[in-house]
Amino acid sequence: MPDVLRAAGPRALAALVRRGAGFADAEDAVQEALLEAAARWPSDGVPRDPVAWLVTVSWRRFLDARRAAESRQRREERHDRLVPPGPTEQADDTLLLLSRCCHPDLGAAAAVALTLRAVAGLTTAQIARAHLVPEATMAQRISRAKRTLRGASFDRPGDVGSVLKVLYLMFSEGHAGEVDLADEAVRLTRQLAAATDDPEVDGLLALMLLTHARRAARWTADGALVALADQDRSRWDTDLVAEGVALLRGALARDRLGEYQAQAAIAALHDDAASAAETDWPQVLEWYDELLRLTPSPVVALNRAVAVGEVEGPGAGLAVLDGLDAGLPRFDAVAAYLTERAGDLPGAARRYARAAAAATSVPERDHLTVQAARLRESVRAGRPADVEGSVGPA
Amino acid sequence: MAKYLLLKHYRGGPAKRPNAELPMDEWTPQEVADHLAFMDRMAADLAERGEWVDGQALSPDGTFVRYDGEGRPPVTDGPFAETKDVVAGWMIIDVDSLADAHAAAAHLSSAPGPGGKPLEEWIEVRPFLSETPSGPE
Repeated sequence: MPDVLRAAGPRALAALVRRGAGFADAEDAVQEALLEAAARWPSDGVPRDPVAWLVTVSWRRFLDARRAAESRQRREERHDRLVPPGPTEQADDTLLLLSRCCHPDLGAAAAVALTLRAVAGLTTAQIARAHLVPEATMAQRISRAKRTLRGASFDRPGDVGSVLKVLYLMFSEGHAGEVDLADEAVRLTRQLAAATDDPEVDGLLALMLLTHARRAARWTADGALVALADQDRSRWDTDLVAEGVALLRGALARDRLGEYQAQAAIAALHDDAASAAETDWPQVLEWYDELLRLTPSPVVALNRAVAVGEVEGPGAGLAVLDGLDAGLPRFDAVAAYLTERAGDLPGAARRYARAAAAATSVPERDHLTVQAARLRESVRAGRPADVEGSVGPA
Repeated sequence: MAKYLLLKHYRGGPAKRPNAELPMDEWTPQEVADHLAFMDRMAADLAERGEWVDGQALSPDGTFVRYDGEGRPPVTDGPFAETKDVVAGWMIIDVDSLADAHAAAAHLSSAPGPGGKPLEEWIEVRPFLSETPSGPE
């Protein structure tokens, strides 16, 4: 039953929005209809077409609310402009809804929250638990986002770029509670990919799948982080890798390269290597050059330094770092990795310690602290460090 | 989309501005009431924006406690009248960026003090470490 509601809610919302209802009003109306369904279906039975039932009830709620809020004349004027009800066009609706929820006027936190509720069909309580904030806070975040959208105009499906940014952010957020935000992001991106003909959407989906494929190997049983180079590759999900690679090929063949396709290409090269040593670093570096051309960001330049270090040697990688801002997130972690490869163990230990102090998550901090401790022990014992536990490329 | 702890100190931190030197029990009742009303309003505004996570005031009295070996009672020390640093209370907010957290802290620092003028207290901003690494890899 909750699953039926969860799937039907967003589709009813999309239908109302397509008929011309404002997003915030439509969301309110669908929420009311969902409450009614939750109250009635257990005793009356689930209707044969739950989506049609929800559309009918929420459309009625929407009109009731309109009637109460506006004078009869204004209501009729507006009614004339409404698109008549028609068959659902689920594909277009997905993009329509997503572009509303990921509107550039919204902050990232608000866009993610609204998307999870309106498009993924999660409850406010689930979204709050996933973000470790009180439910009242999340309820306010969502209603504030809807108020912001009330003033925004939508005459066409919005900017796919901002939708992709929000989905990628959601994917990167990790998870807490019973909702896995990365899974939700993959699910929504799949829907979007089915609804659009944009190689960057396929590129983002490929990137997510190729990253997701390594998930089981990314942690030890007790929750410690495992660097890419040290992961047990037999635990990578080969089905996801195959799907990601096929998607990426299809996207690249359309010859409209974008940053997500380039990032997916790098992820594919990592996934493709049977061992860390077999990674095709020259090709990875070529893709980083391409990525830097597409998005000349300091973070990309920093990650590229790792690839330069692998292709031309750690000294060349460190030389790239000289030209970058040492205040960048993960700068010290990359510097420590290259410094160790260059043979300066005390220097690498210092940089790992500094990287640990600047880490933004507990697993990263712990991982970097262990690297610093490993190198300090080697220095004390006067022997070369075991070559294990590296930071690896991002 | 990250959590920050805003820490209010009784003592400690960089040198205070003149308005923050006078202890609160030496303000007028109206000045105290205005200050407290400001704090409530700020918490309500944060909640209304969907950025409020939690907040509490703390007693200035604290005791240091230490393990003293198996089977022995804990060792306690303090409270100290002249501790270097005393935390007065905290607020946890969940905002999009460090810049937003700094803006909220600056607003908290503008709470009215003696003469209704902003206290300009130092507020310490500490990012929370997340449980999962940022970025997909």
